[in-house]
Amino acid sequence: MSDTDSQITDAKKRYSAGVLKYKQMGYWMPDYVPKDTDTLCLFRITPQDGVDPEEAAAAVAGESSTATWTVVWTDRLTACDSYRAKAYKVIPVPNNPGQYFAYVAYDLILFEEGSIANMTASLIGNVFSFKPLKAARLEDIRIPVAYVKTFKGPPTGLIVERERLDKFGRPLLGATTKPKLGLSGRNYGRVVYEGLKGGLDFMKDDENINSQPFMHWRDRFLFVMDAVNKASAVTGEVKGSYLNVTGATMEDMYERAEFAKDLGSVIIMVDLVIGYTAIQSMANWCRKNDMIMHMHRAGHGTYTRQKNHGVSFRVIAKWLRLAGCDHLHTGTAVGKLEGDPLTVQGYYNVCRDSYTKTDLPRGLFFDQDWADLKKVMPVASGGIHAGQMHQLIDLFGDDVVLQFGGGTIGHPMGIQAGAVANRVALESIVKARNEGRNILEEGPTILKQAAQSCTPLKAALDTWGEISFNYQSTDSSDYTATPATA
Amino acid sequence: MMTNPTGRLTQGQFSFLPDLTDAEITLQIEYGLRKAYAWSVEYTDDPHPRNTYWDMFGNPMFDLHDAAGVMQELKACRAAFPNHYIRMMAFDSTRGVETIAMSFIVNRPKNEPGFMLERQEVNGRSLRYSTRGYAANHPEGERYKG
Repeated sequence: MSDTDSQITDAKKRYSAGVLKYKQMGYWMPDYVPKDTDTLCLFRITPQDGVDPEEAAAAVAGESSTATWTVVWTDRLTACDSYRAKAYKVIPVPNNPGQYFAYVAYDLILFEEGSIANMTASLIGNVFSFKPLKAARLEDIRIPVAYVKTFKGPPTGLIVERERLDKFGRPLLGATTKPKLGLSGRNYGRVVYEGLKGGLDFMKDDENINSQPFMHWRDRFLFVMDAVNKASAVTGEVKGSYLNVTGATMEDMYERAEFAKDLGSVIIMVDLVIGYTAIQSMANWCRKNDMIMHMHRAGHGTYTRQKNHGVSFRVIAKWLRLAGCDHLHTGTAVGKLEGDPLTVQGYYNVCRDSYTKTDLPRGLFFDQDWADLKKVMPVASGGIHAGQMHQLIDLFGDDVVLQFGGGTIGHPMGIQAGAVANRVALESIVKARNEGRNILEEGPTILKQAAQSCTPLKAALDTWGEISFNYQSTDSSDYTATPATA
Repeated sequence: MMTNPTGRLTQGQFSFLPDLTDAEITLQIEYGLRKAYAWSVEYTDDPHPRNTYWDMFGNPMFDLHDAAGVMQELKACRAAFPNHYIRMMAFDSTRGVETIAMSFIVNRPKNEPGFMLERQEVNGRSLRYSTRGYAANHPEGERYKG
């Protein structure tokens, strides 16, 4: 570091009109010791050629807090030292020349209490379009307990969800009603009834089912709730179907949510694309109305998937746990959608931990104390089938909703049979695991044995037993020993 | 008989599998004890899906760490209530959990008549739903005779 780069401490020089380097302005503080009340962010940055990584890190700190491109004397009216974010560490990303991990600390005063919108406007605002960086990605975040306690978190939480549903000691089972588009309300409810009667706990609207010409939302809700109640009566179990209340305006969503409540639904659903403010409003509504809130992460792949630019899903998951949702799609690792197994397990930890420990192979760069905030039930959905049950339960444990859409509705013997196959596979693997058997090794044998007295499971294994999606993941940890395939 | 694919009430962890033998129940109890759960035996003749509080066959056995002892309680409950639903419940007192960790049915009445779904037409096309056990028409203790 040359002297001309270091922070200018002489106030007269520091605030004379003109352009200074971000380091000179005080956004690079290698000796800074983060406070327990600071928010800590880890950015992966790719500086433009010739840009010093420390200056780039300082620029990130500056542009995500107080800085503008030139010196302003009005800073001197403020306690600007505390408003400045501080870049305090920069290290090269292993095996990725040109990329650096930049650690930045933000004072507690910078973010409005209980507002994800305010926090994200700073942290992923201007800075991601900043010209001196080719690319930037928010990899992880440590939210201080002092700020965590300003959020109400999940409206229900996975513990209370289980108590309401009376379902314990096993993953929950679900399926998305298919085809996504075109079914009339009456036909749609048929799929829901068959799936639930066959043994699923939940059916689900897809993300793009709102209120299109083929099915008005009120029709969908009426027929679905007839199916849910009938299935509950013929099984003696609490059943549910995520009624997607996503709409063009908050007024539309409140109207749809009220109707879902009037019909006795235990759960509603929103899409991530409604935005953080709408999510926090719907979480408030759910809290007031004893409703479980399912979050479909529609759109996240546009900014979470590529490693060099965007926001990691682990950060999105942390924000959503604070903002308040009860279910969150977090990946399957073994299914059709992106996800390296360890990285995906990291997302699950973020949803369910009381205290998340630093775990570099799982992409977790900070310890995170959740301060008793309620827990989110992760959802594994997308291209999974009964033949993978042992892998899924080994990876994710009991607190997860396993959703087999095609794997239920596409069953050769029908939807009920598809549901039976999944439920029998699930119960067999949970039972065997509890008995002390090694389900990862013995899983296929356990499933085959169960299939001897369950024709639907046998048909499922015969149809899909060999299907897998082995592609290299684009988003995996930089700290795994070997490249992982999902 | 109920018309779902199992022909019976599907509450609990293992209702889609063949009835667990006592040896298999013991293995599940041992798993719970290894996790430091407290076991409890509960029974009812009102298995309505929203009937949360089945009757306790004694308090949860916080100080019983031996599966044979838990099985003894289950056997005593079966002897007292041979035609009731009986379930094993495991309680986890870990901070941040503090709820039921396992729950599975280990005794059922011979016939499971299931539930009637009553629909009341209200407000245009809306319906109010009410689920009622066929056996619930009889008084407590006289619901699943034979």
